[in-house]
Amino acid sequence: MGDWFQPGWLDDFLFTYQNLVYSLGINGLLALSMYVVLAVGQLSIGQAAFMGLGAYSGALMSVQLHWPFWLVLPASCIAPVAFALAIGLPTIRLSGVYLAIATIGLGEVLRAIYLNADSLLGIDLFGGPMGLSGIPERAGVGTIYGTLAVAIAVLWLVGRSRIGRAMEAMREDEMAAQVMGVRLRRYKMGALLASAVLAGLAGSLGAHESAFIGPGEYGFQPAVTILSYALLGGIGTPLGPVLGAWVLTLLPEALRGIADARMVINGVIIVLVVLFLPQGILPMRLRRSAAPK
Amino acid sequence: MTEHVLELTGLTRRFAGLLAVDGVDMAVRTGTIHAVIGPNGAGKTTLFNLISGLISPSAGMIRLAGEEVAARSASQRAGLGLARTFQNIRVFGSMSVLENVLTGLHTRLHASLPAIVLRLGSARDEERRAVARAMTALDLVGLADRASVPAAALSYGDQRRLEIARAMAPEPRLLLLDEPAAGMNPAETEALAMLVQRLRGLGATILLVEHDMGFVMGIAEHVTVLNFGRRIFDGTPAAARAAPEVIEAYLGHKVAARLAAKHA
Repeated sequence: MGDWFQPGWLDDFLFTYQNLVYSLGINGLLALSMYVVLAVGQLSIGQAAFMGLGAYSGALMSVQLHWPFWLVLPASCIAPVAFALAIGLPTIRLSGVYLAIATIGLGEVLRAIYLNADSLLGIDLFGGPMGLSGIPERAGVGTIYGTLAVAIAVLWLVGRSRIGRAMEAMREDEMAAQVMGVRLRRYKMGALLASAVLAGLAGSLGAHESAFIGPGEYGFQPAVTILSYALLGGIGTPLGPVLGAWVLTLLPEALRGIADARMVINGVIIVLVVLFLPQGILPMRLRRSAAPK
Repeated sequence: MTEHVLELTGLTRRFAGLLAVDGVDMAVRTGTIHAVIGPNGAGKTTLFNLISGLISPSAGMIRLAGEEVAARSASQRAGLGLARTFQNIRVFGSMSVLENVLTGLHTRLHASLPAIVLRLGSARDEERRAVARAMTALDLVGLADRASVPAAALSYGDQRRLEIARAMAPEPRLLLLDEPAAGMNPAETEALAMLVQRLRGLGATILLVEHDMGFVMGIAEHVTVLNFGRRIFDGTPAAARAAPEVIEAYLGHKVAARLAAKHA
């Protein structure tokens, strides 16, 4: 394993549970990418699409351009961010479900492109239905969990600051927040871009961990699964969505016998959580400035 | 410093054929309490929404501290020193009372994203000063001891006072109070009148919309009366009380005629 940082004692454990351990970290990042959008009261179903853009662009940089991984990982955010701008600029000024619908559309369009670019456009880059393989396995536990830890820390600090207050205010009441001087569009766009960065990192880390990516991994179904991470965990703190991702990632492993029913179980969980636990399973709030004693 | 903090010229807003606000001219003198009154449907709330930027005018000009702001967004106008409360209370219920007021200080806080993430001293100092400022505002409205309580847990009257604290904390050039006495009992209304006068004493300029005539006549120095979107009177409260067009707007022209005959 070509990770930069990996203590020896992890090796035995990883040998057995490698994929699961990687998935927990990557899904945690995806949950955070959902969290930042929900935190400003928006709904996007584009996280899987952004993830796919990060995965494909990152894989191509490694396979075609032979760039080193330390360069590939941050550069994997460029394509997701560019698409987030293209989707966000026209839709964010509209309230309601436009962003959600546009991001669903983005996911489906991109999936069609990965599948058909070869036969329709004559671009032989994405490998069609076979996907891309032979991606160097550069991402390990250290990189994945390091990225996750930094993401949680940054979101935590921002969430506690004036910015986090403004985000919660606009989530509660856009009109009142606007009158306090909160620039709604700027915050929504910022959240969408941060979300694209996080999902792009997750996609690139995933691609450089599993060595193979295919168009089916970034469609509508994974998008809904990512949404369910944040709904289950709650968006009171960044830890909520990560916990939600871990529960929903571990559950099918624990219930191996009914792993085929994964989407059914996810669906039931979403309905139950929305009905009975609207704050998620981790309802605590970020601790912000308090009154002096 | 301009003499008038707010000047409206020919301000008009049309809703599908209805002229909700029809060519209103109005000027709010700096440092005064100015009231907008009028019967239901006179266009008072539309006027407030136009001034604060929640809706845009069909025609006319809005000058805030000498600057034309009709094309500016609500958040930009907040940055230029405009603050308001809402008739139907809009506190951020899940946030603490203190956090509500700190959100009101949003335009006054400038810590950058890197300064926040790196926990630089500048960002932390700014936050500490903001907390002190917010506590001063809460002290003024008598809510300092409830600072840590979620805003949703406050009583109706306290939520109104929280809205006022949140709006006045950034020391706006102009404070808009949208029916501040709505739903209050006489004792609460009296306390509110004292609070508004105290704010004025601290140098605030206040424009308020109100139904409670006693409240308005007791504290306003200047009154603008609207009816069917048009300005029908502009002057002192005493003159408004005697003006036949105002009496007619409120009581109908039969009563107004009878009153006029009696006084004649």
